[in-house]
Amino acid sequence: MKYFKAALSLTVTLLIVWALNRPWGSIPAFGPLLSPFVGFWQNAEPATSRDEELDIDGTRASITVLFDDLGIPHVFAQNDYDAYFAQGYLTARDRLWQMEFQTHAAAGRLAEVVGERALDFDRYNRRLGLGYGAEKAVQMMMADPTSRQVVEAYTAGINAWINQLAPADYPIEYKLLGYAPEPWAPIKCAYLLKQMTSTLASGADDLEMTNILRKFGPAVTADLFPNYPTREDPIIPPGTKWDFAALPLPKPPADSSRLLTQAATRFDVTIPRPNREIGSNNWAVGAQKSATGHPILANDPHLGLSLPSIWYQIQLVTPTMNVYGASLPGAPGVVIGFNKDVAWGVTNVGADVLDFYTIRFKDESRRDYWHDGQWKPVRQRIEIIKVKGKPVVQDTVLYTHHGPVVYSPNTKPFRENIPVGHAARWVAHEPANDLMCFYHLNRAKTYDDYTKALALYAAPAQNFVFASNQNDIAISPNGYFPLKYKNQGKFILDGTNPANDWHGRIPPDQNPRVKNPPRGFVSSANQSSTDPSYPYYINWEFAPSERGRRINQRLSAMQHTTVDSLRQLQNDNYNLKAADALPICLPLVKVNGLNSDQQKALTILRMWRLNNDTTEVGPTIFNEWMNRLMQTVWDDEFGGNDSVPLRMPSFDRTLTLMQREPNARWFDNVRTPNPETLTDVVTQSFRAACDTLAKQHGAIGRAWAWGPHKGTDIRHLIPGLDAFSVLNLNVGGGSGIVNATSERWGPSWRMVVALGPQPKAYGLYPGGQSGNPGSPLYQNMIEKWAKGELYELLYLQSPTDTNKRLVKKIVLK
Amino acid sequence: MIQFLLIALLSLLAQFVLPWWSLALVAFLVCLITRPSALAAFGAGFFGVALVWLIYALVVQFRTDGIMTARMSQLLFKADQPVLLIAVTVLIGGLVGGLAGLSGYYVRQAVQNQGRIHPAE
Repeated sequence: MKYFKAALSLTVTLLIVWALNRPWGSIPAFGPLLSPFVGFWQNAEPATSRDEELDIDGTRASITVLFDDLGIPHVFAQNDYDAYFAQGYLTARDRLWQMEFQTHAAAGRLAEVVGERALDFDRYNRRLGLGYGAEKAVQMMMADPTSRQVVEAYTAGINAWINQLAPADYPIEYKLLGYAPEPWAPIKCAYLLKQMTSTLASGADDLEMTNILRKFGPAVTADLFPNYPTREDPIIPPGTKWDFAALPLPKPPADSSRLLTQAATRFDVTIPRPNREIGSNNWAVGAQKSATGHPILANDPHLGLSLPSIWYQIQLVTPTMNVYGASLPGAPGVVIGFNKDVAWGVTNVGADVLDFYTIRFKDESRRDYWHDGQWKPVRQRIEIIKVKGKPVVQDTVLYTHHGPVVYSPNTKPFRENIPVGHAARWVAHEPANDLMCFYHLNRAKTYDDYTKALALYAAPAQNFVFASNQNDIAISPNGYFPLKYKNQGKFILDGTNPANDWHGRIPPDQNPRVKNPPRGFVSSANQSSTDPSYPYYINWEFAPSERGRRINQRLSAMQHTTVDSLRQLQNDNYNLKAADALPICLPLVKVNGLNSDQQKALTILRMWRLNNDTTEVGPTIFNEWMNRLMQTVWDDEFGGNDSVPLRMPSFDRTLTLMQREPNARWFDNVRTPNPETLTDVVTQSFRAACDTLAKQHGAIGRAWAWGPHKGTDIRHLIPGLDAFSVLNLNVGGGSGIVNATSERWGPSWRMVVALGPQPKAYGLYPGGQSGNPGSPLYQNMIEKWAKGELYELLYLQSPTDTNKRLVKKIVLK
Repeated sequence: MIQFLLIALLSLLAQFVLPWWSLALVAFLVCLITRPSALAAFGAGFFGVALVWLIYALVVQFRTDGIMTARMSQLLFKADQPVLLIAVTVLIGGLVGGLAGLSGYYVRQAVQNQGRIHPAE
């Protein structure tokens, strides 16, 4: 009996300890998680902490870091190496988990951390060749002595932080998911840049467009998917002269119809369509429009709203620079910011830089493919994907000279005897050293420095806005734009014909650019880069023009602009889409037969001042109605399905169709026996929208208000981790509004910089400097962000500067 | 009482350098070497560890205004219940300590019996 009791109690104790010490599926190991000595308790941070002096291996001289009350580090280093070392060290200190997670994502390594549910995502990133691109990029980085030093210093700084961590110090996400940080390496900086390219420049609807061409023929396709919109105000003001001798354009191949019979109707990885929510605003007003007599520049990049924040603010001061701005955790230097003389910002271009080629293989072995009249060898790249708790998955990706093959119907050939695949040619595979662009912008003093820096940049292509205290303003849609014939890549390309290859690139000094235009301002909001007079092809479709047109209307009207008037423009809630659409749609609604809620809704829309403020009901109805209208008009013919994905024409084209061809056959719903007219679909969709909203919110009234209806969420990077997210913010604006705060997307950083003898700058982002949910600095800027206010950015001159907002000092030796 | 104090003190020291489960080792060894009753062994293990975890948790809670406990209780219980989270923490630590202490007691009983002709009780 005694032995039994001893054995039993020992067994029970050991079992419980064992069970508490290991994760169960997605349930973390509770023993170490709850222990106050190593668990989540160790991630709780007090509001204030003392000055520190740290002895760290790897610095070359002593570095002083001053922290302001928002936790933003101001780094004073005696040489550039130390500045980037400190940036790596400090960023890791605040954001280690995020920077590793994002680079794991780009490398196709998430399944290693979160298990099988990330396997498709990993496979997709690897099929698209993110790793392949990153390997090329890191070679370029390491070949240039300057970028090599920058990346090595940054890497050493991150590793200096990682090396002194005990498991108790790991960010909470490691404890929840049950893994440990690994050393940083230069290729991770490349992964991060590829991740940004993937986010901003990996959308493509070549497949959908090809299916449409096959189903409806060239005439309908050209009519409904035109190469320039009706409503537009391009980034480079129309009339700007192109001051260069353009290269001759490549000739399109004579015969492209054969391709249509060969191209697949679907890929076996889902290529996302370009995300129209991703966008951004930037502008600069010239001295003559500014109350200060010097230019003022503003930028707000719109990205998925997430925590930890996408951006990390930092000031870097060395003998070669004094730069302040937003950096990306994982990349050295400042991406959007200012120095004493200049300020710059970026918005996404949305260029056509991902193309698909039909590949014809020699036989089932897929070892050779046909190109330029001969068989060429296929290269195999084996991707080894580790999966948490499961065996390793191996994926063989085939590479042609175009790029990796993303589609290969392994089970059955798509067409008898002609095995085909589709290879992706993507700008992220071009060797480039993008970091050097930011390296030089951080140190730029003049317009010439800006243009030289821009020539070094490849992807993701950005509209770089610029202003200097020498009173120059400029903007340039800039990046690696492949030299193509017009609309090359609107549809899937025949990969056997060399006429369809990319023909080098548009010379960087011939990228669209405008300096000091007569209208006194420059701006961009992801709309068309240029009007059709630009000699080269960048894309056939850009983001809708509403934000860009609204910004230009406002800036044209403004005089004596100030930081505050530009801040207000960033928060402008005017709905230009409604201003375009309502005068066309409202008169078409058949009032007879509307119920009382629908009649009230109609009245509200008629009275609406077209602003997307939180308390308005108009935007709720308008948004729902227009979504319904698009569905009602197009879903019967252009809805597509899983095996033959299609897409709808743009809203702009639809509106033009309603204006100019009210009797077009597209308004009839081919699924019903009766013919529908334009007034039918407008009325039907209006009633359906009202009914949906009534079902969702009850009778029309306050419950339909735009702010709560939209609800803006800022979510933690781990899906479903609501406890670390900020949900249901009541913010105005929306998709297509200058204040582009939608449900899950919005201004990820807002900045306004007034140039002058000394720059005065303001900014914030929806989150906080710390990536630690247990820190008071995790989400501390969200409240002001939601109100549309900005913090003053402290631009310090020396480590001995005093300012009442400076709260802490660290010396790294 | 002496076991309780020993477990509290030694497990505190152990957990600063060893993994979290070192608390079980401490409770086990203390009850193996000293001679508590079964109830006292469990009690000393439970309260010795629970006290240390409770005090540490409270120190963190008050030094950091409970930011992390608020989030973690949201995560684990879908409610802002820091008290519940502290209670669960202390209970789990205590349970492991108590069971380890009890095991120490029973193992000693088993080992002692082997070498004696007349059992102590």
